[in-house]
Amino acid sequence: MEKFETFTGIVCPLDRSNVDTDAIIPKQFLKSIKRTGFGPNLFDEWRYLDHGEPGMDNSTRPLNRDFVLNDPRYSGAQILLARENFGCGSSREHAPWALEDYGFKVIIAPSFADIFFNNSFKNGILPIVLDAKVVDGLFAKALGDAALRITVDLPAQKLTLADGEEIAFAVDAFRKHCLIEGLDDIGLTLAHGDEIKAYEAKRKAEAPWLFN
Amino acid sequence: MTAKTLYDKLWDAHVVRTDEDGTALLYIDRQLVHEVTSPQAFEGLRIAGRQPWRASANLATPDHNVPTTRDERTSGVAGIVDPISRTQVETLDQNCADFGIVEFSMNDVRQGIVHVMGPEQGATLPGMTVVCGDSHTSTHGAFGALAHGIGTSEVEHVLATQCLIQKKSKAMRVTVDGKVGPGVTAKDIVLAIIGEIGTAGGTGYAIEFAGQAIRDLSIEGRMTVCNMAIEAGARAGFVAVDDKTIAYVKGRPYAPSAEHWDAAVAYWRTLHSDVGAVFDKEVVIDAAGIQPQVTWGTSPEMVVGVNDRVPNPADDADSVKAGGMQRALDYMGLTAGTPVNEITVDKVFIGSCTNSRIEDLRAAAAVAKGKKVAGNVKLAMVVPGSGLVKKQAEEEGLDRIFVAAGFEWREPGCSMCLAMNADRLEPGERCASTSNRNFEGRQGRGGRTHLVSPAIAAAAAVAGHFVDVREL
Ligand code: SF4
Repeated sequence: MEKFETFTGIVCPLDRSNVDTDAIIPKQFLKSIKRTGFGPNLFDEWRYLDHGEPGMDNSTRPLNRDFVLNDPRYSGAQILLARENFGCGSSREHAPWALEDYGFKVIIAPSFADIFFNNSFKNGILPIVLDAKVVDGLFAKALGDAALRITVDLPAQKLTLADGEEIAFAVDAFRKHCLIEGLDDIGLTLAHGDEIKAYEAKRKAEAPWLFN
Repeated sequence: MTAKTLYDKLWDAHVVRTDEDGTALLYIDRQLVHEVTSPQAFEGLRIAGRQPWRASANLATPDHNVPTTRDERTSGVAGIVDPISRTQVETLDQNCADFGIVEFSMNDVRQGIVHVMGPEQGATLPGMTVVCGDSHTSTHGAFGALAHGIGTSEVEHVLATQCLIQKKSKAMRVTVDGKVGPGVTAKDIVLAIIGEIGTAGGTGYAIEFAGQAIRDLSIEGRMTVCNMAIEAGARAGFVAVDDKTIAYVKGRPYAPSAEHWDAAVAYWRTLHSDVGAVFDKEVVIDAAGIQPQVTWGTSPEMVVGVNDRVPNPADDADSVKAGGMQRALDYMGLTAGTPVNEITVDKVFIGSCTNSRIEDLRAAAAVAKGKKVAGNVKLAMVVPGSGLVKKQAEEEGLDRIFVAAGFEWREPGCSMCLAMNADRLEPGERCASTSNRNFEGRQGRGGRTHLVSPAIAAAAAVAGHFVDVREL
């Protein structure tokens, strides 16, 4: 996983609550054998006017101009702002894969669905829970004429808005460490590589037939 | 030293490290890989620039969506009609080639359902930890192994680290005491167990199956029982090692070589629960009371004896449960009180990782021999679990018995167990199936599945309705 560095990015305001995983990435795209490449179909049903299927050339599909992702103000956005219970629905990892593939690094909402919240960290995305009133304030600014830019400083657990406003956020210490160091579950286990090797050596002496 | 359960022994032998909160890094001896749940795991390795920790611990074969008709199979992978299935099978071939993993490809005689192929090759050994991106991995517990299904992220984790992050389950022992009556098979035993403890009865537990009726089973029968541990809610189910286990393993391609054989056997002989070992939960079932079983609903726990009647939801005091029963009856198109042996079937499926081994096919053939598939049965198919099972069956002439009786004799794969390929039920069709799941739509949208043993399935095919095979 890539290390999570401090960055300044544009906020895309998705003013909806209960955004479920099927809205994030519709089920017809799950037949894919890949975990990358879901970005063009992120929020497919809201983003395009036609019905999307795997293998379509997305560049020629009719865009829903009213959907925030298609608003030129927010092009290149890396921070998604949403309402409560973001990521509800199934446990599929395709949802964070799609968000990450599109380019989102941070999702801010008043609350998240549990599995999605965990899956996000596993895939290098930082979900930030903020008080509903604070989220309201961010929506007001993000929906203004100029795009809102926020600097996300994970080590300091602080958001800094372009106008100088600072917002502190909470994050589990262990998850924070993993993101900053770019450690996924596999990376963490590999950090115990010596212990795995020692186990193998001992086991091989006891039960050599297991290592044919 | 305190008495240990078999589960304790298997667990302890594989712990690499344990965190303060009890989360352990568990070493995995064998991973079986198939085409549906592995592509993103391999892609994850590529993206991160990782290599398999120990490629030789993995063994792969395509099974879930390979076609089972000879025509479609003979033209090879390129001949698979469904493009998504074809891509998945091609991707598995490519990934195994790229990462140095042994694969029995689609038309290799050793190809088959992962849970048939692994034991057949001796790739599943007593005392191993075995995982696969498939919930029915519990099958391998029949060898006194700790085996369970995992998700795609975990497949990648095992590929990359040879370990799994796990917390220990609680231990349950299900003892099936005494002897079963004639005509009662491993499938009937496990369906009766699930009927008794329910589909959530094993949640949070690893189940050891014990007792004379389990010991009396062949290894193949024990695989059938362990296969459905997951249907009782347990991720893993297993049986202690005995002479039969050791005899089954001997001489198989991946079995220990002569030089290690004696040491291996000496170790395997320790793989049983110690006298006095304490379980978190004990269930005892009387074998003599088990009848040949038929499921009537949309969950494996909705099961009765073949000579019983479809139960009445009104008889259940629990209104939530009664509602579930009524929904199941509606979906299944059944009326409460109907004698099970009056239910007619449209299709018969003999196969799946539960019941597609040689012994299963022999049991079905013994019933079908000299008879004809009934006129109301549109399709009766036999799908061997692997190329080697198919070959063995053909050497014994079982294929000719089936074909003469009007069954279709297919190529190995999961087939109509999950209907990922062309083998499926049409809406409303009723099927006697030897597989393990009767969920709504499992064998095709609107399809109605009754889980039974191979003998009962064959009997239903020739009678056109369920019938006690002992009265045929
Ligand atoms: S036969 Fe059925 S249950 Fe067994 S592995 Fe295949 S799909 Fe899964």
